[in-house]
This record gives sequence, structure tokens and C-alpha cells, in this order.
Amino acid sequence: MFSKKTRTRIIFMTFLLVGLIMVVFVVLKSLEANVVYFFSPSELYSKEDISFNKKIRVGGLVKDGSIINNETSINFIVTDLNSEIIVSYKGSLPNLFSEGKGVVVEGKLKDKKYFIADKILAKHDENYMPPEISKIFKKSKNND
Amino acid sequence: MFKNFFPNKILSFSNRFFIFLIVLMFLFVFVGLIYALFLSPPDFTQGDSVRIMYVHVPASFIALGCFAFMGMASICALTFKIKIIPLMAKSLAPVGSVFALISIVTGSLWGKPTWGTWWVWDARLTSMLILFIFYIAYISVWKFVDNYEKANKVSSIIAIIGSLNLPVIKYSVDWWNTLHQTSSITLTSAPTIHYTMLIPLIIMIIGTILYTLIVFLMRYKTEIMKFKLDKRNKEN
Repeated sequence: MFSKKTRTRIIFMTFLLVGLIMVVFVVLKSLEANVVYFFSPSELYSKEDISFNKKIRVGGLVKDGSIINNETSINFIVTDLNSEIIVSYKGSLPNLFSEGKGVVVEGKLKDKKYFIADKILAKHDENYMPPEISKIFKKSKNND
Repeated sequence: MFKNFFPNKILSFSNRFFIFLIVLMFLFVFVGLIYALFLSPPDFTQGDSVRIMYVHVPASFIALGCFAFMGMASICALTFKIKIIPLMAKSLAPVGSVFALISIVTGSLWGKPTWGTWWVWDARLTSMLILFIFYIAYISVWKFVDNYEKANKVSSIIAIIGSLNLPVIKYSVDWWNTLHQTSSITLTSAPTIHYTMLIPLIIMIIGTILYTLIVFLMRYKTEIMKFKLDKRNKEN
């Protein structure tokens, strides 16, 4: 069906593509630590090479009822429903920061349970709905 | 249907079909924008800043889709050596690159009121920027390399290598922890976006696809005319 030249090119192209895909896979696998934008509290717990001087990011949900406003700073707990970590932060908060919502904090670990953040980013999930629908959602969740 | 893409058919494209496409496109975009900006509801978390989604999501789809086509066309161009295939890829690049830029800019504008920052180097955003750079590289090769065959070879390789970035862009939010949220519309599960927002989004996506098709066809016609002219000039 195809000329010999075309057949050679098809074989060469297939090998080239397979080779490139493997290269990309290996590169991404080895760079994994840098590609990840944040660690969850559980991942932080199980990490062995934790340094307390390196800037890292932790992400999760703001635990309900954990936000405490001091005069100097604001404290809250970041949880992934498995482990949690206490975060302390000085500065302005993004608009979408609230209890029960996603957050990514950047800063340094004081110890395995305490994090001092110098930057807070609100993370929203993939759910989009009008306010009326979310009220119905919340009501049915509370009734469970 | 595919015979329509051959040079003799494309050059004799009746204006009626073009005008039909353009009218259809304006209809979809107009209705889509009315819904996006006014009739659709605000989001329960983001409020009205969710409306940027109706531009950001279609632009991102097109940016990825165009490059996917360019990648496939480039594989065919290098394997089968059919003269019109590189011209198709070449005609897709400008539209795709503009939509990649729109995706990045609207995403940035959306990020500031929601996340609290204009930019982060997470996997999704970084890979989209890499895609834009690949687009620029592809277009530059065609612009600055005079020999058609050389430009074809180099640009096709750029398109093929750049296509490896496409699954990374798409699945970055699933494979790694990113700031960008996961997909709301997937092939396997129910959409996590309410129908009052999903319908305008689909209308905008269709309108954007029509726009891309129109610009691609106009460009493709021009490229074929240029190609024929260059061939005739070389023969003289």
C-alpha cells in the first residue's frame, strides 16, 4: 500500500515518538519534587528529608472553626482530612480565604506541627454553582 | 468532505458557505456572551469573577486543540510528504497562538481576585506558557527560514516535540498537586459545573470553534495561493 520509502519513514517516526514519550516520562518522574506545587499535611508528615530552613508550600482545607485572629497574626489549621498542621500568618488574606475552603500556604516549617507562612493563596475546587443551589446543598448536608 | 481541503476546491470556495459560517459564529458568540455576562448566575464562591471562565476555557481548549492538530499534521507531513499538509499546520498556528495568549492573560486576570496572585509556577500554568513558546517557535521557523522544505522539516519537529507537552498540560492537575483546580468537564464523570453555567460555556466553546475554523480557512486559502505563486515564480 505504501512505498518502501514511506514505510521506512513510518517505522522511524514510530520509534522516534515512543523514544520521546519515554524521555518525557523519565524527565517528569525525576523532576517530580519540583513540579509539585505544594505538599498536603500527610505528605509533609511522611517526608524524611524535611529541612526547617527551606521555603515550602503546604496545601489543604482550612479546618472549620480553626481561624483565630490575634492582634499580630492570624492562626488557622490546614487539614487534608487525614493529618493537619497549624499555620501562623501576618498580612492580608485573599478574598476567597475562608473556613472549609482550599488554601495553599508558602513559608517555612517551625517544626513538624507548626508552619509560619509568609504568603497565602486561596485554592478553589472544580465545582461551579449558583448561590441558591449551594444553599440547598448545604441544607441537605446539614440534615444528614 | 476532505476533498474540500484540496487546493483546487479551496480556492473556489463559494462565498455563501463562508458567510454562513460567519453568521453562525456571530450568533453563537453573541448569545453566549449575553448569557455569560448577564443571564448566567454568579458562582457561590467566586461571585461575578467566574464570568472570565466563559472566555478563558474556550481559549484554552482551542489553544490545545490547534496544537494537537498541528502535531498530527506534522507527523503526516514528515511521513507521507503530501504538499498541502504542512500548509494546514502552518495555517492553524496563528489562531492557536493567539488563543494560548488569551488563555494565559485571562487566567492571570482571573487568578488575582480568586487565588490572590497573578501567576504561580505550578504545573498547569508553566506548561501552558511552554505551549505558547512552542507556538512562537513554530511560527518563527516558517517566517525566518527561506527554504520551504527546510522550514517544513524543522517546524514539523517543533510541532511533534511540542505535542508531547499536551498530555502534560491536560493531566497536570490530576498527576500533581497544583494551584489550578481539576477539570470540571471530563469524559468519564458527570460535570461539576451547574447546567446554568455549563450551557453558556458550551455555547461559547462552539462559537470559538467556529471562529477558529473561519480564520483557519481564510489563512489556508492564502497559504495555498502563496505556495502556488512561489512555485510559478521559481519555474520562471
